Amino acid sequence: MRVEEVVSIEDLWVYYDGTPALEGINLIVERGDFLGIIGPNGGGKTTLLKVILGLVNPSRGKVFVMGQAPGKNRYDVGYVPQYNPFDRDFPINVQDIVLMGRNSPSRLAKRYTQEDKELMQKALKTVGMLHYKNHQIGKLSGGEQQRIFIARALVRQPKILLLDEPTSNIDSYMQTEFYELLAKLKDEITIIMISHDVSAISIYVEKIACLNRQLFYHGSGEIEPEVLEDTYKCPIQMIAHGTIPHRVLKEH
Amino acid sequence: MPDTDDCPWHHTAQGIKGTLNVEVLQYEFMQNAIIAGLLASIACGIVGTYVVVKKIIFISGGIAHASFGGIGLGYFIGINPIMGALFFTLASALGMGYVTRRTRLPEDTVIGVLWATGMALGIIFIGLSPGYAPDLFSYLFGNILTVPSSDLILMLILDAAIIGVVIAFYKEFLSISFDEEYSTVVGIPVETLYLLLLCTIALTVVMLLRIVGMILIIALLTIPAAMARQFTHDLRKTMILAILFGIVINFGGLWISYSLDLASGATIVLLGGVALSVTLLVSKIRRQRHNHIISK
Repeated sequence: MRVEEVVSIEDLWVYYDGTPALEGINLIVERGDFLGIIGPNGGGKTTLLKVILGLVNPSRGKVFVMGQAPGKNRYDVGYVPQYNPFDRDFPINVQDIVLMGRNSPSRLAKRYTQEDKELMQKALKTVGMLHYKNHQIGKLSGGEQQRIFIARALVRQPKILLLDEPTSNIDSYMQTEFYELLAKLKDEITIIMISHDVSAISIYVEKIACLNRQLFYHGSGEIEPEVLEDTYKCPIQMIAHGTIPHRVLKEH
Repeated sequence: MPDTDDCPWHHTAQGIKGTLNVEVLQYEFMQNAIIAGLLASIACGIVGTYVVVKKIIFISGGIAHASFGGIGLGYFIGINPIMGALFFTLASALGMGYVTRRTRLPEDTVIGVLWATGMALGIIFIGLSPGYAPDLFSYLFGNILTVPSSDLILMLILDAAIIGVVIAFYKEFLSISFDEEYSTVVGIPVETLYLLLLCTIALTVVMLLRIVGMILIIALLTIPAAMARQFTHDLRKTMILAILFGIVINFGGLWISYSLDLASGATIVLLGGVALSVTLLVSKIRRQRHNHIISK
């Protein structure tokens, strides 16, 4: 049975104009996992997420999301895109952004229902932003905006949550709070998070994979420095998993 | 350029120079001008709001200028140039939208090329048409005083079409204006709706041809919405305010152009520019005062 495998990827290759972005990726994500994928910029992390979302077609290989082809089960996948600077004066408030998540091809040209609005309130409550629902998005801080974008993903009641560089727009002192929110969510949702910043992967992340066109999967164990070096092609900071997060800076 | 005696707006404005009073409202051309201003303001307020918040001003300018090809086509095949412009502008909006999305050329390159291509076609068509194109200048620079009653009916239909589309796809248009990528992820047909939005711009362009003319259209698509944005962060309210500002600019410009015997289209646009500057100044002062209160 594939039921416990929420994402299963077999020998995935993606080419952009003949240049490989992903080479022979094998990855299985099980229900309840909290997977962090790290790797340098241009290493294919966003491409991998877009394959899972069904936005990029594999050049070769098999990909299943909840046992189906990617993009077939849009409501199962919640997506928090990489922070994209937007017009801070854009005339849209928090609740309209969260409601965006209730759209789907079959809902075209139809109004939001009462159920949509209840789910919107619930999602905002989960991320602790319900009383900001009438605020204009540009008035919120980076961390608060990120919570809104998570609520927009949660409002679809997804089984998988994909986060692309979620901490890039959050001040470092706010990141602990952000990870606590994710830790709260992971009881119900499988989380896949990607980041180029090794230090962004905190103790809450249970499994780690390194991606630089090829995927080095490490499960829940600690990462060997050699593997990270293979991924990044240079000596980098190390993280170790334990009760207290600590980093070991390897000498250059 | 023709000399001043050949200028259509000059003729129309001549007899009533300096006679601005209630009596002037009895003239049919004046009633038509007022209704045309009203109908155009509705389209400008709604569509202009999307143009401004989605930052698609350049492609709107391209659509506006390419409409000249349709005016030329209308003269060439001997139909009402406005009808020629209607079909040609819709086609060029779809063409521009499709090509900018699908080619590997940068979007602004494609727009620049199609902008000029549409105008070039118009010049060739007019050159090939027999005789003199009598009111060519009113399509270039607009003349709200020469809008015939038949065009008002067309404007009413176009307004209804625009309002219908925007009501039906309100939540989708808001979505694609704010975040196209996420809209794609949730399965909104982003490209189709973007093309539909460009079609509403094309319809607005056709309505504005008679009023401010092809060259100045982009001003009425941007100024009322840009003014409205200073006062609200709600998309619906932005549209309503933009419609109101559009009406004020249109009527004010019409009145000034009468009193001073100036070209109506240009006067409307200039008044709009001044009005926008005033609202920018007002909102700056308001913000400063607000910050001042907070810092206390």
